[in-house]
Amino acid sequence: MDDDRHELERGQAVLAVFRRGAEFARELLEDNQRLRDELQRVRGRQDEAARNPQDWDKLREELLSRIGDLESENRDMRDRLENIEGENQHFASRCVAIEQENDNLANLYVASFQLHATLDPNEVIEAIVEIVINLIGAETFCVYVYDERNRTLEAVAAEGAAICTFPAVRLGSGVVGGSLEAREVQARSVAPAAGAPATGEALVAIPLHVGERPIGAIAIHSLLQQKQGFTDLDYELFGLLAGHAATAIRASQLHAQSERKLSTIQGFIELLTR
Amino acid sequence: MAKHRILIVEDSPTMRQLLVFALRRLKEVEIVEAQDGMDGLRKVTSDHFDLALVDINMPIMDGLKLIRLIRSEEDLREMPICVITTEGGSEDRERALELGANEYLTKPIQSNLVLSVARALLKIG
Repeated sequence: MDDDRHELERGQAVLAVFRRGAEFARELLEDNQRLRDELQRVRGRQDEAARNPQDWDKLREELLSRIGDLESENRDMRDRLENIEGENQHFASRCVAIEQENDNLANLYVASFQLHATLDPNEVIEAIVEIVINLIGAETFCVYVYDERNRTLEAVAAEGAAICTFPAVRLGSGVVGGSLEAREVQARSVAPAAGAPATGEALVAIPLHVGERPIGAIAIHSLLQQKQGFTDLDYELFGLLAGHAATAIRASQLHAQSERKLSTIQGFIELLTR
Repeated sequence: MAKHRILIVEDSPTMRQLLVFALRRLKEVEIVEAQDGMDGLRKVTSDHFDLALVDINMPIMDGLKLIRLIRSEEDLREMPICVITTEGGSEDRERALELGANEYLTKPIQSNLVLSVARALLKIG
């Protein structure tokens, strides 16, 4: 039964192809006949013109006028084509720019999502490290958290160099401390050569602050060898980190504090009710 | 239309999310994630995939070892593999390609590049 249906469908498909072929052949024949009639008419006019020289001149003028019209039409069409090509080029450029903007927004969304996806302080720091490596392309960098009591930035995570190579930084001191005090990203515009030493002045210092409250900082010292410099997206990410990473760290700190207090209170309650 | 199945083997949740975002722009695609090389190996040997995106630096089993093991399986010799890594050196690239990777992309990635490489490896428009 299935074979019969299949055969029937194949037969109908073949028939449809033949019908389309027949229709196409009919259209060709009609066009052919039309052109033959046109040719006959033109030959008739030529023969008439050959009998009378004035008719030749008239025919010649008609043809020259027709040529002029066709040339003008041709110029118009070329102008229109040029305009359309120009518009296409513009749309293609806009399409590329919009795609790039979409990609940038996706990067920013993912970074923001990962920062706020957890309340665990260690996981927040880990998310920051991942963003700096994978989205910015930093090779050597350090993440600092601000110690309010000592007014210093303490290194809590580092990549590309041992964490002990990043000493504590006083608020306002150097590029990193200065950027946090000023609450401004400070960046050098030119990336150093690949393999440049990790110590020394940071390429970029990103202050992490919630309002006026200093939370920490990120200091990038070198980039991955395939990364030539900072892009517009990188500067957007610096801004995002300055706000969102700070908020995420602060939220996780407060959550950890409240969990400890809750645990302490629960302990007291258990003691009292024993 | 049959779905293309793509395996992402990457230990960074941030990178996995970014790659999923990029690859979802492909039509008819199913994406599976693995957190490290061992997880990736388990998944790739137990199910069919049309493409694998593999990071190099991962815990438990790194990407190069994973690629070597994948290519040692007869059924998986033709599966396209694209490496996505922070390692930008030409030696790293050559090593990965020698082991059987088809493409090598470095981080930070550009989503449109990942997309065009995925399209080329999956042979779709």
